[in-house]
Amino acid sequence: MIATQLVRATEKEQAKGKYLGGWSGSVLTILVVAIGLLWSVPTFGLFISSFRPFQLITSTGWWTGLVPPWHFTIENYQAVIQQNGMGQAFINSLIISIPGTLIPMLLGAFAAYAFAWMKFPGRDWIFFGVVALLVVPSQIALGPTFTALTSLGLTGTYFAVWIAHTAFGLPFAVFLLRNFFAGLPKDLMESAHIDGASTWRTFWTIALPLSVPALASLAIFQFMWVWNDLLVALIYLGGNPDVAPVTLSVANLVGTYGQGYNLLTAAAFLSMILPLIVFFAMQRYFVRGILAGSVKG
Amino acid sequence: MATIVKERTAAVTAPPGRRWEGVTWSAWLWIAPAVILLLAFFIYPLIETIILSFQKTDLLGNVTGLVGWRNYQQVFTDPLLLGAIKNNLIWLVLATTLTVGLGLVIAVLVDRVKIEALVKSMLFIPMAISATAAAIIWRFVYAYQPSGSTQFGLLNAFLGLFNIAPQSWTTNENFATYALIVIYVWIWTGFCMVIISAALKGIPDEVIEAAKMDGAGRVTMFWRIMVPMIGPTLGVVITTMLINILKIFDVVYVTTGGNYGTDVIANQFFKQYFLNSNYGVGSVLAILLTVAILPVMVINIRRMRAQERERQ
Repeated sequence: MIATQLVRATEKEQAKGKYLGGWSGSVLTILVVAIGLLWSVPTFGLFISSFRPFQLITSTGWWTGLVPPWHFTIENYQAVIQQNGMGQAFINSLIISIPGTLIPMLLGAFAAYAFAWMKFPGRDWIFFGVVALLVVPSQIALGPTFTALTSLGLTGTYFAVWIAHTAFGLPFAVFLLRNFFAGLPKDLMESAHIDGASTWRTFWTIALPLSVPALASLAIFQFMWVWNDLLVALIYLGGNPDVAPVTLSVANLVGTYGQGYNLLTAAAFLSMILPLIVFFAMQRYFVRGILAGSVKG
Repeated sequence: MATIVKERTAAVTAPPGRRWEGVTWSAWLWIAPAVILLLAFFIYPLIETIILSFQKTDLLGNVTGLVGWRNYQQVFTDPLLLGAIKNNLIWLVLATTLTVGLGLVIAVLVDRVKIEALVKSMLFIPMAISATAAAIIWRFVYAYQPSGSTQFGLLNAFLGLFNIAPQSWTTNENFATYALIVIYVWIWTGFCMVIISAALKGIPDEVIEAAKMDGAGRVTMFWRIMVPMIGPTLGVVITTMLINILKIFDVVYVTTGGNYGTDVIANQFFKQYFLNSNYGVGSVLAILLTVAILPVMVINIRRMRAQERERQ
């Protein structure tokens, strides 16, 4: 139900002739626009600040920079990228996020396919077990897994965060894909089977191609989750700045340059660019994915 | 949220009772990678955390002996930890009420204007940004300079227009926690609004029309028609927010580091376990968070099982 409503709301926006007209309509429109602007002002302020020279950032409000004479500059970006390693951090974030998205999707799809289309003892119980893990806080896992990964010499490496993001992302991936796979037309799966296609082949040539909408939502959700994550990176990579993603580097900048506002602005904006592009380019999938998955632990 | 995905696909799901295969033993191979990882990252640590919660460790993290329930006692008597628990409760009540409440009100308002999609996007954008970046964005709202100097923080500059003295919003113990909650509300209200708005659109037009015919005013319409009609959705949104807020960490860690009376359970967990190597107390805090979500877990599984039975 809720989802049907959601799809209706986001995809088939239809005017029902219920828009308020006249005087009260104008008042309402103004009020709603004011709320929208109120929500946008903080981000806009950071955006403007990131292009202001550092002497001005902490001596005048960013709004004063909007009127001529303009003093916009890109030196904050140059400084954080070259001296503070934000360029490297950006690359690190990509190195972490891409496998951190693809691996849980792949392993999740395997498991989901078995849960949806194969019969085996314990199937339902194991699946309910996975559903139960959806809301478990990752805090319960961080300590002992950190100790175990340290004893294997893996903390401070990309591998540690890949495996952690995979594990923490799996319950949702399995849950989402299992429900989607289970909804695929039974006749199609059966005829593929009768035609002699192996389970493996059916998975790759029928199940996955038909599930692109679900895979896209899952990919965007997981990617944003991993890209924006601070806690997992802080725990498993805490000691090694060479592999730190942008979120961790920004958080560390706050620690070292508590008052270095000019560096923080550019660094924070760099960390936001990719998620914002994803948001604007794929808003529909993004909204769907994030709505579907925000309960994840 | 579980329910949202589930319900979207429920209508078209094939009955699992009549699968096209007999028992497929190779299924174990398909689920093995996922199951092994989940055992390693959830079940093993859960058991280990429970064991650690009854032990004492030295500064290097070596176990020095069993201490019974002493770590649990410490969590509920140490003023530092009690303060974090108290703040978490403030967070749960205030942040949930504000995100869901504002989300509901704004959803009702935008439903009636033509630029609905644009305004929704403006409110939803913070969801795309990390809490870390959000914390930096809000530094420019909360920035504080002593009275008399130019305020470059938006909030203090604005209050200055009305001759209100500048405040150090994030370092004053009296309201630092509330300042952090505002950041969180800024991030999550758009999320609540989008879901609630979708539910509002699902209310049949006839219901609204009938209520109008019966002379329902706007307030009556809101409380007596809209809110009850979207009750299940509100339940899901509230649960989602409670679970997220329970584990609140990033915003606090980046903005105040838990100082100035803003500490929360997840931040104390990080400090105790990873900075002080106090595995015992850290483990109790992790268990506390997990126990708090148990009711939600049970509800989720029950709902899931009921739906599976329906399908068969």
